[in-house]
Amino acid sequence: MNLYHPHSRRQRARGLYLTMGILMGILTVAFFRLQVLRSDTWELRAESNRIRQLPIPAPRGTIHDRNGRVIADNVPGYAITLLPGPPDSIRATLNKMSQYMKISDERIESLLAFLTRYGRQPLVVDSDADFPVVSALQERRTEFPTVYIEMRPRRRYFGGEAAAHVLGYVGEITADELASTDFSQDLYEQGMVVGKAGVEKQYESILQGRRGLKYVEVDARGRIVGDFGAFRVDPGEGGESLHLNIDIELQEWIHHIFPKSLSGAVIALDPEDGGILALYSNPGYDPNDFVSGISTELWQDLNADNRNPLFNRVVLGLYPPASTWKLAVAGIGLDLGAITPNEKMPVPCTGSYTFGDRSYRCWDPDGHGFNNLAEAIGNSCDVYFYQLGLRIGLDPLLRRSTELGFSRKCGIDLPQESQGIFPSEREFWERRFGYAPREGEVLPLSIGQGPNSQTPLKIAQFYLALARDGSAPTPVLARDLEIEDTWALDLDPDHMEALREGLRKVTAPGGTAHFGTALEHWEILGKTGTAEHGLSQAGLAEPHAWFAGMAGPFGGPPGIVVVVIVEYGESGSAIAAPIMAKTADYYLRRKHGIPTDSVQTYLDHVQIGPVPTWYQERYPAVIGAIR
Amino acid sequence: MTRQLTKWLLEPSLVLAVFALTCFGVAMIYSAGVVHIPNDVTQNAWIRQGTWFVLAVTAFIVVVRVPVRWIEWVALPSYTLSILLLVSTLVVGTGVGTAAGVKSWIQIGSFSFQPSEVAKIATILFLARFLSQRKDPLNSIQDLLLPTLLVGLPLVLVMLQPDLGTAMAFGGILFAMFFWAGTPMILLLLIASPVLGLMLSYDTIMWSGYMVVLVGFLYLFRYRLLLFESIGVVLANLAAGTVAQPLWNRLAIYQQNRILVFLDPEVDPRGAGYQLIQSKVAVGSGGVMGQGFTLGSQKRYDFLPEQHTDFIFSVVGEELGFIGTALGILAFCFILGRLVHLATRTPDPFAGLVVLGIFGAWLAHIFVNIGMTVGVVPITGIPLPFVSYGGTFLLMCWISLAIAVRVAHEG
Repeated sequence: MNLYHPHSRRQRARGLYLTMGILMGILTVAFFRLQVLRSDTWELRAESNRIRQLPIPAPRGTIHDRNGRVIADNVPGYAITLLPGPPDSIRATLNKMSQYMKISDERIESLLAFLTRYGRQPLVVDSDADFPVVSALQERRTEFPTVYIEMRPRRRYFGGEAAAHVLGYVGEITADELASTDFSQDLYEQGMVVGKAGVEKQYESILQGRRGLKYVEVDARGRIVGDFGAFRVDPGEGGESLHLNIDIELQEWIHHIFPKSLSGAVIALDPEDGGILALYSNPGYDPNDFVSGISTELWQDLNADNRNPLFNRVVLGLYPPASTWKLAVAGIGLDLGAITPNEKMPVPCTGSYTFGDRSYRCWDPDGHGFNNLAEAIGNSCDVYFYQLGLRIGLDPLLRRSTELGFSRKCGIDLPQESQGIFPSEREFWERRFGYAPREGEVLPLSIGQGPNSQTPLKIAQFYLALARDGSAPTPVLARDLEIEDTWALDLDPDHMEALREGLRKVTAPGGTAHFGTALEHWEILGKTGTAEHGLSQAGLAEPHAWFAGMAGPFGGPPGIVVVVIVEYGESGSAIAAPIMAKTADYYLRRKHGIPTDSVQTYLDHVQIGPVPTWYQERYPAVIGAIR
Repeated sequence: MTRQLTKWLLEPSLVLAVFALTCFGVAMIYSAGVVHIPNDVTQNAWIRQGTWFVLAVTAFIVVVRVPVRWIEWVALPSYTLSILLLVSTLVVGTGVGTAAGVKSWIQIGSFSFQPSEVAKIATILFLARFLSQRKDPLNSIQDLLLPTLLVGLPLVLVMLQPDLGTAMAFGGILFAMFFWAGTPMILLLLIASPVLGLMLSYDTIMWSGYMVVLVGFLYLFRYRLLLFESIGVVLANLAAGTVAQPLWNRLAIYQQNRILVFLDPEVDPRGAGYQLIQSKVAVGSGGVMGQGFTLGSQKRYDFLPEQHTDFIFSVVGEELGFIGTALGILAFCFILGRLVHLATRTPDPFAGLVVLGIFGAWLAHIFVNIGMTVGVVPITGIPLPFVSYGGTFLLMCWISLAIAVRVAHEG
């Protein structure tokens, strides 16, 4: 048979037609499936291919003080964003961008890590870029086709350092925060600015708002080729504004009068509702420094500073409450019926008190003789309170103090708060010190020493209760919050009055804090405290100085409660009391429409001039005695 | 009129179909250049392709007049020259444009061309000469050994560039011409079996099953094969199965990726699977009617890879829809069918073999190129005859057409 005979040629041709038909049939079927049957799926892919989402950041809610003054708002800023793309080209672009702006190697790495994790989201290279950088990049737009510069609201704080510990600050969300459940994936993404401390953090969910979205059309290299104008734009929602109980001017005034070289804290409360009028901790920081991303040097300085400017002493600082605590012992004594207001302790104060085989000193070696309750508070007589403590007994004192909440947090609306340290039961000594407490432990506890540390906030809530009817709500920063009383000292009104009478004696002529707290318009009731601590007992440092009290018009109800602590301030009456008085004076004058004055207390007046006439008229006897 | 055309073109229907297809190709290359951010290379590609088209048609008119004896005579020298060129490509070859990683091109002054294109037609001619001298069919593996080596030499040289696509074209040439030379289909399948064994060797169980089937198959056809041939097939399969791993490791990463992506395109959509996915998106979003000539968004915004060369058919799919792709495939069927018809008509063994070689090469090009745009075959850098942008390739396709028409006519 001839290999190339027409018949065998035709036979083989059939085989070839068949092969060709099968192969081409496979192709046709493949195209039919893709283009006719499953076209919808692939069409969708084409759509999402060209379109990139860009977030429109929502302006953060403004923060207002109690008088409506803006204390935090937004100004226009610029964010530099990079559209997602292959990691290599992103890296190349970032490296090229670093000629015009500062991008650290860590930043590049973290952005690339983010890219591999979230893929399609734009990368925020700088959430708050300086204008020269922005214009440098804008000029080179063709070199950086995937760089997108957007207007982005930038946080601005009024009051600088004065309100730092109230407001806190904002910063770019970290990878850890993004991964945590506090920040939902729906609302947060890389490059967003979130509250990091203070009210900014506490009320993040209110202030943040909801970011919008817009869509841009890109080509395969990630270059923006157009946007959709008003089409498919979700403008988002700005954050809600937040109104605080804070009086920013009072806050600034406290910052003005607080000794710069000393560390300490001031908290002022409104007796009406427990709202926080001022919350000040010195030293502080300027929250505006954090807005554009705090510089490494500044951050290291803040953290290395042994005065710890980032530490909010009002809510985190734990100090022995010292004599400010005596009011708690007095209250518990009255409550339990251990004493009556006019009853005097059997042993007179001679400068010390002997219990067992040990002698316990009074702060005044000259002694105070026989005192009733108010006199004992006025004199801060340790000997009186040693005996009162013994009458109450260790276990009832522990129980009632715990019930009052001295080992609990107040529940202030700030992200962090220290819990007070106070033994709730005898096991406390065994756990902490390894021995069973003797009855004598009650003596140091009665004068606010021993295992007892409280935050200025807690002491303020206690004095708030003293300024009211014995009960007090949790002090809060935000206005219009429904606050229940978390503090209840259930005392007869005349017992409450007896306690206040004691506080009045402290600032009355002859009281420990009289000259630093005497004001023209206002009566101050308060208690000094000199908190011994480890260093002071070793003679290496001065004790901390407390003053806790309230102020208001003479004969009227208190208009403000203020607690001041000055670390290593030595004397409550000399250092802390004038700060309290000047704080109260500034606030009350404005509240009652009296012009403010920087010369406020008796001490202020006599330092620059003669004894003021109001003082002469009110306390003629004192003037006589001085002359 | 018809007589004039027949006089000039010899095979008017075939040549006019190819002419129309080339015009269509130029139009698609024009469309491929219509992108959002135009650049000179892609924007003016259709003009250059048009210029080459004129050159190609001129070449066709010249070659179609060359006597067949000359063509037969030129087979050996052109084959030898091709081999030399292919070897020198490995030394002095350069990559061009997007295919910068391979050594497929030889540059002489400003002129560059791919020796593998010349090698294809030269191999066809040389193999046709060799096979046409035989009177008996190629019935045994023994018979096939020498002709296989003739094609295997350029094939291996092309593989070394590496240019998997052109290597596949050599495979197409080999099988089509063997078949025309009387090799039974079963034997061809047995020869191809090591390739199948190689592909299955990644899974031991599947490969073992395949080997059992193969041995059973050989037993059934034991009277048609010599014993040592059967043993050879088994050994070749064993070798393919066992050397697969080292061979795989020798492949360039991008080639490995292409094969992996062929198996699962979603492996890494931004990396290796990117091309295939973007091509499927383009083709799929074309739907039945297409997005309209020059209006394809995938192409326009640069998502399509190699859109004027290897992925030109994706542009067809996106812009002209299933109607366009089906008509395109139909056009190729017509052209291939006409080639088979030519071969069937001519009694001259040499002429028939040449036509079949060209048929095999084109079928491989068409099937692999179109198939890869929809993921039927792995992505290889292989152009679509008469449609893809590329001067040497278009010219050689037209010269091949001229040779096919000439030899079939004279034969």
